[in-house]
Amino acid sequence: MTASTETGHPNVLAKAVREGLFAGVIAFFMFLLFVGIETYQDINNTLVWRTRWGLLAVFVAVAAVGRFLTVGFIKPHIDRRKLAKAKSGVLEISENKSFFHRHFLKIALIFLVLYPFLSLMIVGKQGSLKYVDNFGIQILIYVMLAWGLNIVVGLAGLLDLGYVAFYAVGAYSYALLSSYFGFSFWLLLPMSGILAALWGIILGFPVLRLRGDYLAIVTLAFGEIIRLVLINWTDVTKGTFGISGIAKASFFGIWSFDSGTTNNFVKAWGLSASSVYYKVFLFYVILALCMLTAYVTIRLRRMPIGRAWEALREDEIACRSLGINTVTTKLTAFATGAMFGGFAGAFFATRQGFVSPESFVFLESAVILAIVVLGGMGSLTGIAIAAVVMVGGTEVLREMAFLKVVFGPDFTPELYRMLLFGLAMIIVMLFKPRGFVGSREPTAFLKERKAVSGSFTKEGHG
Amino acid sequence: MEYFIQQLINGLTLGSIYGLVAIGYTMVYGIIGMINFAHGDIFMLGGFAALIVFLIATSFFAGIPIALLLLLMLLVGMLMTGLWNWTIERVAYRPLRGSFRLAPLITAIGMSIVLSNFIQVTQGPRNKPIPPLVTDVFHIGDITISLKQVLIVIITAVLLFAFWYIVNKTPLGRAQRATEQDRKMAALLGVDVDRTISITFIMGAALAAVAGAMYLMYYGVASFNDGFIPGVKAFTAAVLGGIGSLPGAVFGGLLIGLIESLWSAYFSIAYKDVATFAILAFVLIFKPTGILGRPEVEKV
Repeated sequence: MTASTETGHPNVLAKAVREGLFAGVIAFFMFLLFVGIETYQDINNTLVWRTRWGLLAVFVAVAAVGRFLTVGFIKPHIDRRKLAKAKSGVLEISENKSFFHRHFLKIALIFLVLYPFLSLMIVGKQGSLKYVDNFGIQILIYVMLAWGLNIVVGLAGLLDLGYVAFYAVGAYSYALLSSYFGFSFWLLLPMSGILAALWGIILGFPVLRLRGDYLAIVTLAFGEIIRLVLINWTDVTKGTFGISGIAKASFFGIWSFDSGTTNNFVKAWGLSASSVYYKVFLFYVILALCMLTAYVTIRLRRMPIGRAWEALREDEIACRSLGINTVTTKLTAFATGAMFGGFAGAFFATRQGFVSPESFVFLESAVILAIVVLGGMGSLTGIAIAAVVMVGGTEVLREMAFLKVVFGPDFTPELYRMLLFGLAMIIVMLFKPRGFVGSREPTAFLKERKAVSGSFTKEGHG
Repeated sequence: MEYFIQQLINGLTLGSIYGLVAIGYTMVYGIIGMINFAHGDIFMLGGFAALIVFLIATSFFAGIPIALLLLLMLLVGMLMTGLWNWTIERVAYRPLRGSFRLAPLITAIGMSIVLSNFIQVTQGPRNKPIPPLVTDVFHIGDITISLKQVLIVIITAVLLFAFWYIVNKTPLGRAQRATEQDRKMAALLGVDVDRTISITFIMGAALAAVAGAMYLMYYGVASFNDGFIPGVKAFTAAVLGGIGSLPGAVFGGLLIGLIESLWSAYFSIAYKDVATFAILAFVLIFKPTGILGRPEVEKV
């Protein structure tokens, strides 16, 4: 067996050629209709077709060569590395970590605090708008959502496919209450969280008896119900038009960011007018909210309720035998997760100044869940890394104007954003099924805290 | 009364389509215990395959008989989606079979995103209308039944019979049922488990392709994001009927179709999906494993 794993061995190469050809044939038939034929509407608006043999050939070639390389070179290489690792006998989680590794959290936090200033210094005010808003705030919103969902999925082991519903409840709570009653952001932020938590309880109460995938579909259904109600209850929510002109957050009521007010932030500090100050302020607000989520999660894990969540995830029957009330335990997890979703929603509404049901589709739930799982369920660091990679990666794609030079002026990288996102989800899962961070820190331990492999933690059955 | 019967017929037609897709969900769930989120998009691919076959066939043979054209659309669609689903299972699900439960779910969601965006990129984001294929209409009293509705119900019934026969009367079906009950034991007794699972995916995809082609024939339009809403409804149908149960899937599909058409007829069209999902939640509260599902046995 060891002989055949060597690269360049005739058997492996022959097998790779065979598999490559096979993949090519399969790809030819798979893409024959969908890539080889293009359907489009002509001037008379009737549907017609034309062939695209060149593109089909590219697809087939990529499949064949990709399969050839995987079987012939990549797979033997990975096998050899695994073998070497197994032989050396070193555990995957070693105690010797580099300086960067040990102080990763501190470095990351310092970087985040300095980030807006670094961006202002390097690219100036106008350039910072993009870096602070599109990258910083956007990623941090997803970090917060994913950390919130992590309480439900990662700690309590309940599969929630409709998390975006609570995000929507938070966003609409802020949007509606601020535009109808004129309450301020700082009053409505906690209220949105509480309302979302209330919805979490309302939903959770009847359905938490369900297990596993039944719970998943009901949460999905609940997410869709909320979205459909938002679309159809036009008297209140203005339907698909959405609510615009949502009030901006103020600096704790001291300074306002609305232009023309007497206590305008820019005027008070004698700065030149620019919207970048508001963005920087929002960046720190969402950063603080994220830190709050992380702090609460870490503290809760050490409290009886957090221990109960994790116990529930590992073994529900044992939990019940030990007298843990599984219904209230699940409900608190659901409500806590929902509350953070609500906070994030209120923040989202004030940042955008506009909410519409478009922002709360199932795809968002899927993206948030994907971030939680790709990062490694239960690991806050891993989830943050996954959010940076997945959300930041797709944002970077918007910026890739140079690709137009390579693929011609008609090429719009925007179109391929979600396609690549989906591919990345699949590829990361195939190579790291336990997520980016494969180790967990236990909260209960004997003598010293040792990281355990993520594969020892269960994912729960709902 | 006539109005009610009319709505019943419409609901039955829609329910047949949902039922066919739901079988794919329920079979895959039964055999490997995963929610195949990409199944709705396989349904969409089936619709697109039928659309492209329709365009090619009508441009080469202008006077092609409708029956032959329909048969061609169905067959090519079935082969196409069967091949796709086989490949998807090989590439994205099989390597994760021994892994933890959420891993294949995430790749399935990823696959669903990839498939719909793949079609959006290669075939364009606009709706694709085709001229009506079957236009004949029957009148019985005040009730109108269109030939396409009859066709949909008949094709569904025939397929369900063939499918029931395969699962219950053939060695392949026996292998499938054995794999569903206990994969390890089935493997020990000489069932080729990998092959059985692959065939299950191909069969599910073929049924979804038929549903996709009939959806195209019924509504006359295909779009890259057609997979999501019918997919979720079919999955709802499978859960409502009791996931893992084949009669349950068909029953759930018909039920969802009826709820949808009756609700839009008597209450409001806008809230028909809300009604569907609310009824799902309501039923699951009282029967946590669906209407025809087996009660879950808890083992320590």
